[in-house]
Amino acid sequence: MAQAQAAATSVTLTVNGEPKTLDVAPWETLLDLLRERLRLTGAKKGCDQGQCGACTVLVDGRRVNSCLQLAVMRDGCEITTIEGLGGPDELHPMQAAFVKHDAFQCGYCTPGQICSAVGMIREGHAETSDEIRELMSGNLCRCGAYTNILDAVEEVLAERNAPKLEAAE
Amino acid sequence: MNRFSYLRASSVSEAVEAVAGDPAARFIAGGTNLVDLMKYDVERPGRLVDITRLPLNGIEKTPGGGVKIGALVPNSDLAYDDRIRRDYPLLSSAILAGASAQLRNAATTGGNLLQRTRCYYFYDVGTPCNKREPGSGCSAIGGETRIHAILGASDSCIATHPSDMCVALSALEAVVHVQGPRGDRTIPFADFHRLPGDQPEKDNTLEHGEMVTAVELPAPRFGRHHTYLKLRDRLSYAFALVSVAAAIELDGDNIGKARVALGGVAHKPWRDADAEASLKGVLPSSSAFADFADRLLSGARGQGENDFKIELARRAIVRALGQAASGTPQVQSVKQVN
Amino acid sequence: MSNVHPYVGRAQPRVDGPLKVSGLARYSAEFAADDLVYAAAVPSTIAKGRIVRIDASAAQSAPGVVEILTHENRPNMPAEDEPYKADMVAVPGGPFRPLRDDRIWFSGQPAALVIADTHENARHAATLVKVEYEALTPEVDVSNARDRAYDPPEKRNGIPPPPPPRGDAEATFKGSVIRLEEEYRVSAEHHNPMELQATTVEWDDGRLVIHNKTQGVNNPKNYVCSVFGLDPEAVQVSTPFVGGAFGMALRPHYDLTLAVMAALKLKRSVRLVLTRGQMYTMGWRPDTLQTVALSAGEDGRLTSVRHEVIQATSQFEDYQEPTVNWSGLVYDCPNVTLGHKLAKVDTSTPSDMRAPGATLGMFALETAMDELSYKLKLDPLELRLKNYAEADQNDGKPFSSKELKAAYETGAERFRWSKRSPEPRSMKEGRELVGYGMATGCWEAMMQPHGASAALTADGRLEVACGTADIGTGTYTILTQIGADAFSMPIEEVTALVGDTRLPMAPVEGGSWAAASAGNAVRLACAALKEELVKRARGLDDSPLANASVDHVVFRDGRIALASDENVAVSYAKLLGAAEGGRIEAMAKFAPDKEFAEKFSSYTHSAVFAEVRVDEELGVVRVERIVSAIAAGKILNLATARSQILGGVVMGIGMALHEETKWDKRLGRIVNANLGEYHVPAHADVKNIDVIFVDEEDDANPLGVKGLGEIGIVGAAAAIGNAVFHATGRRVRHLPITIDKLL
Repeated sequence: MAQAQAAATSVTLTVNGEPKTLDVAPWETLLDLLRERLRLTGAKKGCDQGQCGACTVLVDGRRVNSCLQLAVMRDGCEITTIEGLGGPDELHPMQAAFVKHDAFQCGYCTPGQICSAVGMIREGHAETSDEIRELMSGNLCRCGAYTNILDAVEEVLAERNAPKLEAAE
Repeated sequence: MNRFSYLRASSVSEAVEAVAGDPAARFIAGGTNLVDLMKYDVERPGRLVDITRLPLNGIEKTPGGGVKIGALVPNSDLAYDDRIRRDYPLLSSAILAGASAQLRNAATTGGNLLQRTRCYYFYDVGTPCNKREPGSGCSAIGGETRIHAILGASDSCIATHPSDMCVALSALEAVVHVQGPRGDRTIPFADFHRLPGDQPEKDNTLEHGEMVTAVELPAPRFGRHHTYLKLRDRLSYAFALVSVAAAIELDGDNIGKARVALGGVAHKPWRDADAEASLKGVLPSSSAFADFADRLLSGARGQGENDFKIELARRAIVRALGQAASGTPQVQSVKQVN
Repeated sequence: MSNVHPYVGRAQPRVDGPLKVSGLARYSAEFAADDLVYAAAVPSTIAKGRIVRIDASAAQSAPGVVEILTHENRPNMPAEDEPYKADMVAVPGGPFRPLRDDRIWFSGQPAALVIADTHENARHAATLVKVEYEALTPEVDVSNARDRAYDPPEKRNGIPPPPPPRGDAEATFKGSVIRLEEEYRVSAEHHNPMELQATTVEWDDGRLVIHNKTQGVNNPKNYVCSVFGLDPEAVQVSTPFVGGAFGMALRPHYDLTLAVMAALKLKRSVRLVLTRGQMYTMGWRPDTLQTVALSAGEDGRLTSVRHEVIQATSQFEDYQEPTVNWSGLVYDCPNVTLGHKLAKVDTSTPSDMRAPGATLGMFALETAMDELSYKLKLDPLELRLKNYAEADQNDGKPFSSKELKAAYETGAERFRWSKRSPEPRSMKEGRELVGYGMATGCWEAMMQPHGASAALTADGRLEVACGTADIGTGTYTILTQIGADAFSMPIEEVTALVGDTRLPMAPVEGGSWAAASAGNAVRLACAALKEELVKRARGLDDSPLANASVDHVVFRDGRIALASDENVAVSYAKLLGAAEGGRIEAMAKFAPDKEFAEKFSSYTHSAVFAEVRVDEELGVVRVERIVSAIAAGKILNLATARSQILGGVVMGIGMALHEETKWDKRLGRIVNANLGEYHVPAHADVKNIDVIFVDEEDDANPLGVKGLGEIGIVGAAAAIGNAVFHATGRRVRHLPITIDKLL
């Protein structure tokens, strides 16, 4: 082929608190990097087009669709995936609330829902049920667990609201 | 995605130079639309120039009492900015009506202006499309047209512009600041996007290499008399079938000034200054709004499947003007239309 | 510990929950393998015709490309159809075979497979494969194929064709004053589970471990062994987690065939993840034209029912689902004629999608019943009660149980149905019209033969296993509950295994039969394990239980003890210490009771009540609340059961208001093959859903379970549509009820 292979670029990402220096091709998405190279398959690929939210992770604390992020552009960023929120034996309060309220069935949209919910609480704009529903609408759940997701998020929100919304960690 | 090279720009002029000098180069910021289109093979840039590290993320007061919004301000930061919420709630509302929270976190102000149509056929490289491949033909005409234009379409393209934010910017009469290889210029919002005509490949009036650096808003003047009303095929996370950004300045009981822009109906946010002028001095009423809607939609033409959008737009305009006149703007998280 | 029992019947949190919420549950695309290569399918851009030429040269020389397979260079495959029918869910006809030849049957059909070192390189090279076609004009609209509708000559295995007519529906209808005949249509839908269809094949020196998104691991195993002539001993399918399926993953799809083909050719591990768009080329709820004609007497009793459908199928297979049969059994009626025809279109073969047949047929029947209620000026619920069927008139059997009346009652009460004012357009709140609607749901309570095992393992835990699947339904959890109860163990000490061909044989998980079938199989396996343990305890030297039998002992606290004197006991540890490999296992097989099934008909039922708000001027419909009252036998787990119903209801909201697969009729291409333009319900679309399970005793199986996967969706769309009519006076007979249809 005549076209030149564009050079891979060295980037450093802090993933779940651990710095990782990697050579990435410009067309590598953050989602594929996480799933195929770092084996962090908690971030899910449901559409690969920003239309389902299953790939939601926190980049510098903000929820984004990792399928639409070119990894090379996130050089220097802090990435938190579902694995970074908590493991099965030390669940993050949002993870625990999802289990408690059966806020999922197949579990495939779940990591994205949870990262999204954690990001949403940090953003601090969700207070009413209507607001939660609207601000969680970027995460589709084909199993239809929405009402349970709302219950889980409301429970965590109520706990966080005890003093007032503060950065979740 | 095709193969491309990547450059992280460290200054606006470096970015502009890099893109201007290479016909296959494109700017990238939030990437929420460009990366998507690259995955579909619709966009095939030879080079991406990453502008995300440029210092274009401020929201500043202007001497004239308006604000200048840096091109890289994320949509969500803009929507939730205290000053924007207070002085330009119409803009805030329109942004929150679009996409999802995640996408709004990544998408930028400049990028929102530059998002491309969601026309099914534009996205499908297996079909001809004049916008994607000039001269290849328009597959949408005579095809599935639910999401297509009823105003300002041409024989070569019936695509619509998908943005919500731009509909508000249109009504607010924003000005777009750009920097290009030949220097800076400003473009009134009405002149920024264009109708397809026989060059549907051109969404806007930017020259290659010109970069949006900021969007400026004039001093606020509509108070609570505004609304953004969006109608779509599900209650969230869907593009508009029809949307209306309406803002009214009251002069006593009568309308002093009205600004109405439509989304989802044309290749650009649709406004008609003459129709708006006809509302001046008029007492707000459903019948006055209906007359206005007729005027605004006088050139509307359906494609068959989307004929309903003409009537839907008419009703939406009347409702939106009612909301604006009564100072009860639609709240995006409330799904009941007031 | 024993006071925690029984687990069965409680709202037990999902045992796989912690894994799922921490991102550690592994789905088919997520298994690592050494030396893995990635495949990408090249979809056809035409819907009908032939491939004339494939130019793969540019792709071949693209970075990282390992191999490109087309119909011209693929490995040899069996020529005849038979080996491809090694599919428990096959339908009559010739199954689709990827890369078979130059013929294109549907848009998006894979024309080539690119294999490369990375996912990105494979995807890129796939765009460089140039395929030249000779295109023919496709037909994708079933309404244009109406004239060519036919009775499928071969009936699909396991799907009851419509029963023969009873009485004389036609003459009765003609002679009736109170009658209606209408056509109903539900637009084509796609399952759209959140997980992409994917296969990872681990190649280990000729032995294959396949992770394939499937609703039953034995189906892909049988299929690949049959198609590729593989030794069953050398093939394992392991799919512990399935990211939703709803019927889509019942049949083997081309991701499986292509991934295995590539792995065998390259002797390497291969991963093939299809795109969301490609998932629209493998099974869908068929576009269906339905005619329902009802007549009734002044007293509101049905005098005739005629229900006929024409359903889309592909050019190469006759997909069939039981769409009309419900109309012969849900209500009492002496004159019934049912008919089911197919019409061929140039698409992929439709497939089972949540409550296949019932979802569509009951929408039509229950909408027609609603229409009839207005003609009769009868409350819609009253009309149902007047025509309540006490027996299955399709086959003249009594129901094994039917607490539908209780469901109507409790549902209506919870919903406050009595507050409904009968006239359409008579209820309003603010600007919005308010509508109340209801519908009946029905689904067959099926069972299938299942094997299961139960074992005490070296660490003293109980392990129960069955080769069924957990597609989000809660199978892991209910099997764990059943095991824990059988041995009075804390649930934390019980492990359930599913989704692997090394486990005891089970068919696909579908038809709502898994809970009853796998659940009873595990129950039997636990009983067999108890027998085995007692036998071993008796056999110990100087055994204190030398004369004990299972009936006289209790299993508790890690010991077998005499019921009459619990101090006389043998510990599991002792038995395990003496056991080979430190493990004691027993197997069992469950089969449905044929005699019982000959005497009784078994169905689940629901009463669905919906309240909608309609902004009439703008055509905006909101579902304010839904009450779904379910009669489905014994509920094993109130939490997962409730979730199943919630999920069905939400999919019903989608069916009623949003979901529609749209084809460009000229090109035969789906224009909205993505989650942005095919609208599944988003969070904002779903408000209040109330699920009620009414008590229902059923003896079809020892657990008394009927299954819940499908019943939640049946009737939901009709209830919403009926509520929209009540709100607005507008009857929309073609779903979904989008804005344009209400303007």
